[in-house]
Amino acid sequence: MTAMNLIQALNSALDVMLEHDPNVLIFGEDVGYFGGVFRVTDKLQEKYGATRCFDTPISEGGIIATAIGMGAYGLRPVAEIQFADYILPAYDQLVSEAARLRYRSGGEFSAPITVRSPYGGGIFGGQTHSQSPEAIFAHVTGLKTVIPSNPYDAKGLLIAAIECDDPVIFLEPKRIYNGPFDGRPDTQVKTWAGHPQADVPEGHYTVPLGKAAIAREGDEVTVLAYGTMVHVALAGIADSGVDAELIDLRSIVPLDIDTIVASVKKTGRCVIFHEASRFGGFGAELSALVQERCFDHLQSPIDRVAGWDMPYPHAFEWDYFPGPRRLAEALKRAMEYN
Amino acid sequence: MTVPNRPTLSLHIPEPSARPGEAPSFAQFDFGTAGAVRRPDSAEPETAMRDLPYELIRVLDEDGKAVGPWNPRLSPDVLKRGLRAMLLTRIFDDRLFRAHRQGKTSFYMKSTGEEAIGAAQSMMLGAGDMCFPTYRVLSWLMARDYPVVQLANQIFSNADDPIKGRQLPMMFSARDYGFYSLSGNLGTRFGHAVGWAMASAYKHDDKIAIAYVGDGTTAEGDFHEALTFASVYQAPVILCVTNNQWAISSFVGFAGGDKTTFAAKATAYALPGLRVDGNDFLAVWAATEWAAERARSNRGATLIEFFTYRVAGHSTSDDPTKYRPLDEPEKWPLGDPIVRLRDHLIAIGEWDAERHQALVDDVTQAVKDGVKQAEAVGTLGQSKPDIATMFEDIFAEPDWRICEERKTMGL
Repeated sequence: MTAMNLIQALNSALDVMLEHDPNVLIFGEDVGYFGGVFRVTDKLQEKYGATRCFDTPISEGGIIATAIGMGAYGLRPVAEIQFADYILPAYDQLVSEAARLRYRSGGEFSAPITVRSPYGGGIFGGQTHSQSPEAIFAHVTGLKTVIPSNPYDAKGLLIAAIECDDPVIFLEPKRIYNGPFDGRPDTQVKTWAGHPQADVPEGHYTVPLGKAAIAREGDEVTVLAYGTMVHVALAGIADSGVDAELIDLRSIVPLDIDTIVASVKKTGRCVIFHEASRFGGFGAELSALVQERCFDHLQSPIDRVAGWDMPYPHAFEWDYFPGPRRLAEALKRAMEYN
Repeated sequence: MTVPNRPTLSLHIPEPSARPGEAPSFAQFDFGTAGAVRRPDSAEPETAMRDLPYELIRVLDEDGKAVGPWNPRLSPDVLKRGLRAMLLTRIFDDRLFRAHRQGKTSFYMKSTGEEAIGAAQSMMLGAGDMCFPTYRVLSWLMARDYPVVQLANQIFSNADDPIKGRQLPMMFSARDYGFYSLSGNLGTRFGHAVGWAMASAYKHDDKIAIAYVGDGTTAEGDFHEALTFASVYQAPVILCVTNNQWAISSFVGFAGGDKTTFAAKATAYALPGLRVDGNDFLAVWAATEWAAERARSNRGATLIEFFTYRVAGHSTSDDPTKYRPLDEPEKWPLGDPIVRLRDHLIAIGEWDAERHQALVDDVTQAVKDGVKQAEAVGTLGQSKPDIATMFEDIFAEPDWRICEERKTMGL
């Protein structure tokens, strides 16, 4: 075991897979010689050579088209889109091609590609470096969407994604690259040092896609979250004094419906917590599923705490960002409902 | 104060040379002369061949003779196999077009006039190479003896459809025949071919990729992206533009094709650009052979514009008489690719009217037999694959949603 931050854990996953499988190769804007703007591919080109880890033109559509072609040939490419906000030029490739290639070809071709992309807010990145687009991928059948919340999971999930035979969108919450973040921008920045999930094995291991983790056990309300919001939720739960159970979904497709349903049946209450704006967000799907499957067990309305429905506003980042206070209020509302 | 002597701005909307009721005109094109274009060695640098994108490589002359440095000197046997593949395509197209009119399928797209392109390239390239087709490259499959019955099964979406009833007619996938999965959205697979070719280079393989877009699709960003990647990584790929003059009802001017050639787009990417008579089986073969040699020698990609004409409508949903002169197809100065190859075989003493008719009869029978066999399985709506298969291949392994939905249907 080695103490790693999330960046180092992702780098270790890529290192392990480059070592392990000659069909794995990595490319994206600035990922080669420079090692990536967030350093996730640091030293990989130096260690494995330019054909295993290389820079690309500024062309998200071209990057994903290339990856799909390589996947069809039999490789397992890992493409980086520098910010999830810039993934939209590749959306056609992901939706019309990667997600459907296996289906439409009757199983003759497939695209076993992994698309890594830093996402989410909390870094004063304005509307082009802060968005949370997970719902637009979750809606597309044929894609898997994974969002880790800590270094241990990040490494295991990324290895599982690369080994997966389906296209995987791997969204990296950039606010927690260097340390967990409780949603309070005015408190001192924490690092991953000393965090139990920053203890990461050096070698190969996987965390299966589609298996949620219970980040905090509790009896009164179920909180569903992923990525950065797992840490914000822990702070909000502590503030509220409510004995909430926190589920870290880890992947939203496939979704661990069994863990969600078991928890809500136990607590009878559910609050969904995500950074992305609320209307049509992934929380809407979670809310519908919980209602369909746990209706008789619910003691209060399912609530959603999410970003406001607007473009990500730069100066108002902390007014927009759903912090621990908003979650705590929702938890209290749920408990007071009768 | 001086007033500049210039007109007010006016918006330009391009117009084709002729519309219905007018006489077709091709005066805007320079068709060159068969045999006139030089053939540089494929190992030469791109900078030494920047004249080629503005020429028109032709081998067959008006007398049916193969002339000039691009003559690939093919054996009569190869030519006859090419003729057969083209005829198969033409006759199959006609039969399935009628089947659509008879309500046996939902949709059809003919490649009439463009059969030489896929046929020559399919025969010239290797079994391990991969073609990233458009829906007008049916002759690729015909040249590799893909079973007619399987094509018809796909077009009828019946129980034996090799791609399980999931795609519109013509959107084939035939991996064993080097034919990548098609889709109705345009240009998205151009970059896949580049990625596939990069993978081949990465693995030190000897296989190359070939991809097609039409003239209209050159306006998509995918085209630019693919050419950029092909150039940057010197991918072993042949990128083809089948310039058939029409994108549904829009003439080439709406892709900028009235101002320059499509082959000329290659120059900005430092790729060789060849402009080739797409109705000339020998010229198609020769250009492909040249580009394949260059690609296999690690010298990277070539862009080839096949100058041709879309004789039929865009699809069964289109009526070209509404937007172009009725007789424009038959007046196309570069003729019919099947007639031209037939006449060449006759000119070299390898063919005659009798043998040609025998071949037409043989191919017609083969198409008839194959389609009848498919009709016996069922046409659209009469037969379809097992409904449970609808839930397969969405992911490598179905997740709970798919299992539950399947169960909901009682399957």
